Amino acid sequence: MLGRSTYLALMAACVLVTLPLELVLRARVYARPRRWLASLLPVFLVFGVWDYLAIRRGHWSYSPRYTSGVRFLGGVLPLEEVVFFLVVPTCAILTYQAVRRLGPAGGRERPDPLDQERPDPRDQERR
Amino acid sequence: MREYTLAAAAGVALAVVLEAAVLRTGMFGDRRYWTALAIVACFQLLVNGVLTCPPIVAYDPGQILGPRIACAPVEDLGFGFAMVTATLSLWRWTGRHPR
Repeated sequence: MLGRSTYLALMAACVLVTLPLELVLRARVYARPRRWLASLLPVFLVFGVWDYLAIRRGHWSYSPRYTSGVRFLGGVLPLEEVVFFLVVPTCAILTYQAVRRLGPAGGRERPDPLDQERPDPRDQERR
Repeated sequence: MREYTLAAAAGVALAVVLEAAVLRTGMFGDRRYWTALAIVACFQLLVNGVLTCPPIVAYDPGQILGPRIACAPVEDLGFGFAMVTATLSLWRWTGRHPR
């Protein structure tokens, strides 16, 4: 175990493990920062509030041995949870985009009808 | 009262309503969503194990049903489903409505 960095290290591992989805499979999530953040923000806020209330009402608690001790909103919400609500939804989007890239209905040659953003010119060049 | 059980069930219901009635991206009919969900669920069990076995996160037994998977209460699966489903529904919706 990594002591008080354990939880944060787990989140860093999630980011590192999913990074090839962006860099190798070209999931194009970080490459679309506005869309990425627009998708993330509502989830971040709603689940942050859920977490805050759950901690206040004693549904769950965090071990001081494995967390940094940095807390927000009156010493309730741990820094690690704030990071969690950014990292985990991002990993989910990266996974979904990777599935689209690899799956028969997605891929570079057939642009997805859901995607009305301008196609990335690099998609054509890489053919 | 098992508040986490209720909250997790409500979270699942709200995420389903968000996609099926509000954003309506057709995600539940798209195999790629279910594939991604299954992959994410596998990693969720791994992350849940790391978080709840030591435990880094401890649950009040009075707020959950009792059954656990990889140390984590079953309610966590509902929490994860709600979060991932809402995120992907929003991701699809923002793909249709670029600004």
